Amino acid sequence: MDSHGDARAQAPGAEPGAHGNLAKYLTGFGFAVVLTLASFWAAGTHLVWAPGVPVLLAALAIAQMGVHLVYFLNVSSAPDQTNNFLALAFGIFVVGLVVFGSMIIMANLNANMMPMEQLMQMQR
Amino acid sequence: MSALDVTDAPELLRDDEVPLSRRGPAATRDVVAFGFWLFLLSDIVIFATLFAGYAVLSGQTAGGPTGVQLFDRGRVLLETACLLTSSLTCGLCALSCVRRNTAATYLWGAVTFLLGASFIALEFSEFARLIAQGAGPTRSAFLSAFFSLVGTHGLHVTLGLGWLMVMMAQVTTLGFRPMIIRRLLCFSLFWHTLDIVWIGVFTIVYLGAR
Repeated sequence: MDSHGDARAQAPGAEPGAHGNLAKYLTGFGFAVVLTLASFWAAGTHLVWAPGVPVLLAALAIAQMGVHLVYFLNVSSAPDQTNNFLALAFGIFVVGLVVFGSMIIMANLNANMMPMEQLMQMQR
Repeated sequence: MSALDVTDAPELLRDDEVPLSRRGPAATRDVVAFGFWLFLLSDIVIFATLFAGYAVLSGQTAGGPTGVQLFDRGRVLLETACLLTSSLTCGLCALSCVRRNTAATYLWGAVTFLLGASFIALEFSEFARLIAQGAGPTRSAFLSAFFSLVGTHGLHVTLGLGWLMVMMAQVTTLGFRPMIIRRLLCFSLFWHTLDIVWIGVFTIVYLGAR
């Protein structure tokens, strides 16, 4: 079907060679299991300084998302995957903008809000 | 014909040297998978808005129960195990489909379905328990955000299970046509993406609860 033009832009999961790779799936699954167990361990442990636990959880989650993208979705920065990679980068940009933008704006509004008692008195 | 035209003729150049304007249309499979990839990214943006809502509202319990009091980490670990393993078996199903191995496609498809259905059953019973405890979505802003986020993910998994059944029926009736293989590859991408979203859910909602 596409024996000739395979060097050009390819979609994730569509490479004939890479997608037929059982070892890649099993490696990814192994990494994912280790990272998941590490997350659940980190959430309940007292070995890690308590305020550092959320940072550790975030790092483990981002690592596991990377493992899923690379090993299961076959996304890479190879030259023939430029389109997919750019779309992914834009998606991550929008996600970051929405999540962190909302959190910063709402925290700011919350901090600047008049205390509730004063607000109630003004409405009288 | 000038000398320049001859050296520029696509058949005389290696694949990666063919100018973009002369390569002709991309293979259908690449176009389909790229379009589906864009859909998945837009789906992730939907989840990002729900995550943002949850992050803002997670402390607003209105005097009601907090996440730590409500969530059962053992159950969440079980749910995660179901979804993660189903992601692997779904990949194996797509692999068998590409290799046109009928028996293996059905086997891994069935395992994927059972694991996905176990995930949904566990999540449904958790929701039922919360609502029975009086911690339904109407109790507080925190619980509204929780049920929207986790419920939307559960809805996606449920729809995915329906899609998987349709795909198995199409493999039976239509066989391994290129169209069917493309659809199963898209399903596999969808299922892996739901697992990526679930990583965010269990990290932020369940393990990050305080």
